[in-house]
Amino acid sequence: MSIDLSQFKQTFIEESLEGLDIMESTLLNLDVGEADLEAINTIFRAAHSIKGGSGTFGFNDIASFTHVLETLLDQTRAGERDVTAPAIELLLASVDCLREMINALQDEGATYDEEQVASVQEKLEIMLNGDKESNTESPAAAGSTAASEKNPTTTSGWLIKFAPHPDMLRTGNDPVLMFRELEGLGSLAVDVDTKVLPGFENLLAEDAYLSWEIRLTADVAKDQVEEIFSWVDDECELEITALAPAGDTAEDEVVVEPEPQPVNTDVKATPEKKAAPAATKKVAKKRSTSTEATSIRVGTDKVDALINLVGELVITQSMLSQLGEEFDMGKIEKLRNGLAQLERNTREMQENVLRIRMLPISFSFNRFPRLVHDLTQKMGKKVDLKMSGEQTELDKTVMEKIGDPLVHLVRNALDHGIESPEERIAAGKDPVGTLLLNAYHKGGNIIIEISDDGAGINKQRVLDKAVQSGIINSPDDISDDAQVFDLIFAAGFSTADVVSDVSGRGVGMDVVKKNIKALGGAIEITSQEGKGSTFSIRLPLTLAILDGQLVRVGEEVYIIPLISIVESLQIDKKSVNRLAGCSEVYRLRDDYISIIRLYSLFGAKPDSVDLEKGLLVVVEGDGQKVGLFVDDLLGQQQVVIKSLESNFKQVDGVSGATILGDGTVALIMDIGGLIDLSNTLQRDSSDGAVA
Amino acid sequence: MAKILAVDDSASMRQMVAFTLKSAGHEVTEAVDGKNALDIAKKQSFNLVITDVNMPNMDGLTLTKELRGLANFKFTPILILTTEAGGDKKVQGKAAGATGWLVKPFNPEQLLSTIKRVLG
Repeated sequence: MSIDLSQFKQTFIEESLEGLDIMESTLLNLDVGEADLEAINTIFRAAHSIKGGSGTFGFNDIASFTHVLETLLDQTRAGERDVTAPAIELLLASVDCLREMINALQDEGATYDEEQVASVQEKLEIMLNGDKESNTESPAAAGSTAASEKNPTTTSGWLIKFAPHPDMLRTGNDPVLMFRELEGLGSLAVDVDTKVLPGFENLLAEDAYLSWEIRLTADVAKDQVEEIFSWVDDECELEITALAPAGDTAEDEVVVEPEPQPVNTDVKATPEKKAAPAATKKVAKKRSTSTEATSIRVGTDKVDALINLVGELVITQSMLSQLGEEFDMGKIEKLRNGLAQLERNTREMQENVLRIRMLPISFSFNRFPRLVHDLTQKMGKKVDLKMSGEQTELDKTVMEKIGDPLVHLVRNALDHGIESPEERIAAGKDPVGTLLLNAYHKGGNIIIEISDDGAGINKQRVLDKAVQSGIINSPDDISDDAQVFDLIFAAGFSTADVVSDVSGRGVGMDVVKKNIKALGGAIEITSQEGKGSTFSIRLPLTLAILDGQLVRVGEEVYIIPLISIVESLQIDKKSVNRLAGCSEVYRLRDDYISIIRLYSLFGAKPDSVDLEKGLLVVVEGDGQKVGLFVDDLLGQQQVVIKSLESNFKQVDGVSGATILGDGTVALIMDIGGLIDLSNTLQRDSSDGAVA
Repeated sequence: MAKILAVDDSASMRQMVAFTLKSAGHEVTEAVDGKNALDIAKKQSFNLVITDVNMPNMDGLTLTKELRGLANFKFTPILILTTEAGGDKKVQGKAAGATGWLVKPFNPEQLLSTIKRVLG
């Protein structure tokens, strides 16, 4: 029977990557000089599993790398080796190498940096052999080729004297099975010796009393016979002697080999074993592309919940179809109940299906301990990273896209935020800075906060820099703190006096903001000089569904994301002012907001162009408030977003479309885009007016 | 065919062992560590236990010792899977009451021929 080992590859990759994450986080928590046995054991176990799996599934390069690593860890575990800072760094580098090697398994034809791996492996070997002479056998030899080299002696047969110790049966070894196996080698003549068998009253049922003398007539090597008894060699007296005077038997009598190697002696299996991994590797490569990256690991509880809901749905469906078969108006109440139940089932189902795509944010946070460790080492700073709310769940796609912006913000906080230990002591602070990553749900959003207790943002410096880089003309253009901090996100802005390789090339923060906006989120900064800064990111939980407000303009229905609506009001004509350039503004309490007439923007036919006859929906986007003039507000509902881009093309001011209950298509407004669009149109028209 | 308990904290190894044994017509119950296996073993009997050594919560050697203390596992064959090339894990395994061992890496054919040794 042949079994295709490549089917286990994906599982191996996933569990190995998980194991590496565990290794990494445990290594980061390991204190130098202090041998935390449990932690070292955890690291060892992860390396050990990867080695076992990679050997079994034929990834020999990984197996050989982990072999050295494992040996090193085993010595540490046994207390023969101290936990030193260079050792931790080297082990972390090994984790990186392994991660790269395992990731390379994912893609067909993907390669890893072999030089890097070889150099780390060499360093591991130096560490292993350098300060401690221990002979590591080469990993390839460890498993297979170390088979006993001595010439198998052959004879016409063997005389086997086999006397089990009384407790041999207690390890589950059964002499009958061994005899059967011997029988497979040739013909047997068995004499049983019962002299030590006690009388019945003294007989212990669980003990072995019998011994045997077996004549095996077969042309087999002694190794093969020994192999059969290898598991019980220390639980029996065993003598194997050549039966007839045969060829080259040197030893007449051999008391069991001191170190039996059951698998190794299986000479025949060796070439087979070598061939198999090569074959599986090819198959594995072919198959990989279809399964990776697009797959997702889902907790069984989520799947169970779904199955349960499908069950409910089936019950509701059968109830309704039964009702439909013999329906009369008397059953209208029953029908209503059934439909209400269907609605409930559907909603729950929707929520649960969406939950499948949700992953705890720890997937994204997990990389930070390492990042912070590496960066602080490089920068000579001391930082204590704290994380909370790691179990907060978030859509997988959102998570993937927020990863890079988060990394950038963390780098930024370490580089520009937290001061060097000397500066901190001078400022009367704890020399060890604190970086806090926090995530929590608020409304339909997830909030991710990155706070540091560093120097905070120097507003004057920000203003100076902004003037200098031509982002603003004079500091007087800016009125409040929020606007000052917002300058940081302008393209081409950087306050770092010295450009470091960690962050601060003046690209980045604008990209961070753009990426977050693209996800339908927002970022805010609060900062206090000398106390620290907090970057707070607000993101929608999912990109698939949003809570929408349906509005009507003539015959058309549009959807405004509920999250961007500030308020809706009836227009008081006295508060409307016209500005030069044909734009209308509305005085909302102490604020002036410009009015965007949706019908003119989208070329729809409204009920009325008279502002007093319609409603103004005040929305906020890109930190700017505008009023959208519509005919009427309809209901609020959750809408499933269908991408316009993939079905048609990207349209300014529209983020997508959805299908309403009556089957019509409604466009979903992109408020930020809408504001830009209206500004452009106004500029064009005012330019036209001037010309 | 035989009822087998396969214990390994590594999902890929466990899947490989279980798949191989099932393909050979055996009934396989999987356990993720020694503790999990012991809980299962307290409720039912098996013809064979195959266990990894290095596992969280309870390792394979402790599991073997514990199983030998259960009335219905006194004589059940227990095979340990070990990557240690050196003999000490085998010796420790035997001391704990293991029937025999299988050295990793092994292929499905080797696994099947080894279990034949204890199942007959």
